[in-house]
Amino acid sequence: MAYIRAFGSYLPARRVDNHELAPLVGATPEWVLSVSGIEERRYAAEDDTVASLGLAAAQDCLANAGIEAGQLGMLLVSSGSAARFAPGPASQIAAALGLTSTPALDIPVASAGSLIALALANDLAPRFGPVLVIGAEIMSRRIERAPEGRDTAILFGDGAGAALVDPNSGFARIADSLLATDGTAAEILKIERDRIFMDGRSVILQAYRKMPRAVTDLLARNALTPADVGVFLLHQANLNLIERVAAGLKVPLDRFFVNIARYGNTSSASLLIAAAEWHGSLAAPLAAPIVFSAFGAGLHWGALLALPA
Amino acid sequence: MGQEARILKVLQRVSKKDIVPAADESLFASGLLDSFALTDFVAGLEEEFGVSIPDSDLSARKFDTLRKVDSYISAKSA
Repeated sequence: MAYIRAFGSYLPARRVDNHELAPLVGATPEWVLSVSGIEERRYAAEDDTVASLGLAAAQDCLANAGIEAGQLGMLLVSSGSAARFAPGPASQIAAALGLTSTPALDIPVASAGSLIALALANDLAPRFGPVLVIGAEIMSRRIERAPEGRDTAILFGDGAGAALVDPNSGFARIADSLLATDGTAAEILKIERDRIFMDGRSVILQAYRKMPRAVTDLLARNALTPADVGVFLLHQANLNLIERVAAGLKVPLDRFFVNIARYGNTSSASLLIAAAEWHGSLAAPLAAPIVFSAFGAGLHWGALLALPA
Repeated sequence: MGQEARILKVLQRVSKKDIVPAADESLFASGLLDSFALTDFVAGLEEEFGVSIPDSDLSARKFDTLRKVDSYISAKSA
């Protein structure tokens, strides 16, 4: 068992709104907004890397937690868009933080990668010490800004988020998690030869079924219902999907923290970017359960429950 | 009411359109369904026909024409 102690995030400065993007993909800004809920997304600078974005989010998280990198017991870095497969960004981020013997592991999973890392961190923190979880993505280099790439180009943006999972203290105690994988549908969402491919209709069908079920199953085994949850922090994939999940759980949408309009879908970074913004906006101490949930390429999906500490 | 008519009833309810597509016409290209209406269509089929559509069958291709849906429901109901 461990605690969530702090979050951090980093968003590149360049904003790409629908007026800039839509003509490139043969669409209108209004259509992009209606099918995604996205108004703008951020794109990394040319000299940015997944590791440099992840490092910035890591530093923000460490500052928010008030600890030095040297106190970390482990780094877990999720990314589905890193330029290099091996070694991935984890060791680069660790090195940039001045760590030369702290284990730093990659979780090369888009979308749900940071949820998986959070769940693993809960089990690893008691053994290794504080675990810094990072989700970092440069999805703008995995899309095609052309009519043939329209369905993915309109969705994705770049950014990084981080969370510190501490074995001893934090504002929320990770109580339970549920992770699942179904590789029989792996072909409907994949990054291959530097490009993302998505059968969006099938992805929505699968996500709409699997995410609410993971959440309700996780809550039920902890004697909770969706109505007991104070905030739902979901992978920011598509506003319409989040609305459907809310409806499926019979929970008002205002219980879901949503920032997709400003950043688009930043794949595995989105969960932690949303969490960082939500936590930064808290006006009072946490008083009700938090549910994290994500779904994506793999297919990997799941949910994580954290309770007020 | 026959099976095809019941499928059409579900389709028109979720799409909120009275269009009657040809058996092999794409329900997406015809504007009757989009990604999100498809989730309602599948849920509506389960309710209308009392069948459970497993996750392994959640592929848009299985539900993109009336003929495919009719064949699918027939197989599930057999």
